[in-house]
Amino acid sequence: MGASNHSIHTDVLGVVPQLLLALPFVFGLILYSFAVIRSNQRYKKWPMYRTTCWVLGVLFAILAVAGPVASLGHMNFTVHMVGHLLLGMLAPLLMALAAPITLMLRTLRTPTARKVSKFLQSLPSRFLTNPIVASILNIGGLWLLYTTQLYSLMHESMLVHLIVHFHVFIGGYLFTVSIIYIDPRPHRLSFWYRSIVFIIALAGHGILTKYIYAHPPLGVSKEQAESGAMLMYYGGDAIDIILIFILCFHWFRATRPRMDIAA
Amino acid sequence: MTTKSKSTKVKSFGENRNFWSGLLFGVGLAAFLDELIFHQLLRWHHFYDKSTTDMGLISDGLFHAFSWFATIGGLFILADLRRRGVFSIKRWWGGVLLGAGGFQLYDGTVQHKLMQIHQIRYVENIMKYDLVWNGLAVIMILAGLFLLKKAKGEKRVVDGRV
Repeated sequence: MGASNHSIHTDVLGVVPQLLLALPFVFGLILYSFAVIRSNQRYKKWPMYRTTCWVLGVLFAILAVAGPVASLGHMNFTVHMVGHLLLGMLAPLLMALAAPITLMLRTLRTPTARKVSKFLQSLPSRFLTNPIVASILNIGGLWLLYTTQLYSLMHESMLVHLIVHFHVFIGGYLFTVSIIYIDPRPHRLSFWYRSIVFIIALAGHGILTKYIYAHPPLGVSKEQAESGAMLMYYGGDAIDIILIFILCFHWFRATRPRMDIAA
Repeated sequence: MTTKSKSTKVKSFGENRNFWSGLLFGVGLAAFLDELIFHQLLRWHHFYDKSTTDMGLISDGLFHAFSWFATIGGLFILADLRRRGVFSIKRWWGGVLLGAGGFQLYDGTVQHKLMQIHQIRYVENIMKYDLVWNGLAVIMILAGLFLLKKAKGEKRVVDGRV
């Protein structure tokens, strides 16, 4: 590793990008906390587990973009993968489970809340939370990152570094909320639709991990690509099992028999 | 009259769903045991084999994702059947064996041999392993079909209970 190489790393890893990536999450934590306090003053108590989900989700996201994991992830592909699982999968899942839109609609003044729900019904919003579009953004983005020069570019340019990391989180969040409905949604898609798209997206993720295993991204050693790929494969499965469980549970709740058999 | 048509509807619903629930769970179970026993515990299977074809990679990915979903989905459908009181154990197990055997046969022939995703074990005489593997798959399929046939014969009993 040359000295010039090192200076490139420190540049992308400076305080500025870490702050820029972490601040929106800190901001989200503050907003959510205020909203919970406000909501509790007016309505019945906001569920503790939702607040816990949000706090944990934000913490995992920050852990992935700032501090030791983020720094080490630049040198070590396996650690990078830990960060990827946290930022792109676990944090979005936890934050989706925290039902932020529900909380927001509760706390905003009625005219503003109406505007928000109008936005949720708008075409761009429906487009971005369509499972197929969200899967392409999420999994397609990962294919682009790991099979092109984007991965090595991310280590050289701060702008690319920022865009990739925000994209990983936003792609993961849109994908999560396109599959499981926690917050109110104007256009609900059937369980079949969501299940099939989910399975294909999950397959796309699995195929990518094996592709990375066989073809390390530029600048990643064979050993690190192998352990990173396996972590992505099994770690992804572990988080996806939660998504599958929630989706199936929602189906189970929705199809409960309504007629009284005993009668 | 309306009650009668309603109950027939519930029955045929239950018959199909028992089979599908079992089939999904069977595929998922076979894939899960494959992963647990042959990848993790024995370490006979490899995560990736250089001879894997592109089709093999895609097929493996799709089946892995599908089986992961099917295990959980199949069990939720089972819970739904029990909740509705239309669970038929023979039909369900018939589906499980057919699903598990079908997946294992596909895995053992198309995926291992045709698409070369990986071998059962990296040893000299692989033929023996292949025979046992696919033989067991065929036995499971036959046992599944047998159970399904028996379940059909007992249809009256199930009807009587519902």
